[in-house]
Amino acid sequence: MAHTDSAAPRVYQHVVAALMLLLAATIGVSYLPLGALALAAALVIAAVKAGLVAIYFMHLRHENPLMRLFAFAGLSWLIILLGLTLFDYLTRGVAGDP
Amino acid sequence: MSNAAVAGHFDDAAQQRQAAGLGMWAFLGTEILFFGGLFTVYAVYRMLNADAFAEASRHLYMWLAAINTSVLLTSSFTMALAVHAAGRADRHRTVRFLLITALLAAAFLVLKLLEYFLDYRDNVFPGDNFRTDWRHNAAHAQLFFVLYFVTTALHAAHMIIGIGVMLVLAATVDRTTNVASKTNSVEMTGLYWHFVDIVWIFLFPLYYLIDRHGSH
Repeated sequence: MAHTDSAAPRVYQHVVAALMLLLAATIGVSYLPLGALALAAALVIAAVKAGLVAIYFMHLRHENPLMRLFAFAGLSWLIILLGLTLFDYLTRGVAGDP
Repeated sequence: MSNAAVAGHFDDAAQQRQAAGLGMWAFLGTEILFFGGLFTVYAVYRMLNADAFAEASRHLYMWLAAINTSVLLTSSFTMALAVHAAGRADRHRTVRFLLITALLAAAFLVLKLLEYFLDYRDNVFPGDNFRTDWRHNAAHAQLFFVLYFVTTALHAAHMIIGIGVMLVLAATVDRTTNVASKTNSVEMTGLYWHFVDIVWIFLFPLYYLIDRHGSH
């Protein structure tokens, strides 16, 4: 079990420092005139933060493939839910209204 | 891990931990969809009512929520330290970090309650007293606040459950004769807690940081 490694707390310190910097970054970015890119920037930063939490705090870095598959399954259902819903709304009217 | 208590239906401690982890991740999969439904509703309505959502978002107390985000991120850090201590069967540090995490979670909830109070005072709570001075569609602004209150309250409910679990776990680890037998429990609680943190990581920019540059 790699998370019992004595170096782990040091890694966690770096991770939480990175999370705080990314929090500052997402607030800073929201004041920039990015237009439609603002949402994309906010989501990318949030995804990086979530990734750091999942990989380091939730130990996915050291888990076996089956555990990673279970974790990825949760994400893939969300992608189906969000993806298919937005595929509908984002493409309405694209081919001309019926 | 030789002194970890292994239940009769498992071959060894590693298999027991694997089973607990898979079960927890399967549960978190259902939780992702629980919150995912709300985020999907949010995505559709924000797309259809972008201007009203941006205007409504600027009525939230962003800096209060930003402080709260840092509190929650720190609590995830202390929870990771609790899991680490439990993995080494360190009773003292496990209990201490579980209690610190619960304390940070409680601080988050106190600030969140303060924020709800300020929101209520600002008449942005959906209902008869909902403010009327909107540049954009008031009904769409109200929709934003319905989603805001439902999603943040559901998140807060998860935090209250988490605090309860941590307190019970801290008391259990404090009393048990075999700390290693509680390693899995602490680790699974940690997974749940980090999930709650991740939900907020997305919730914060999506609700509090919409188009703060614009002034319309």
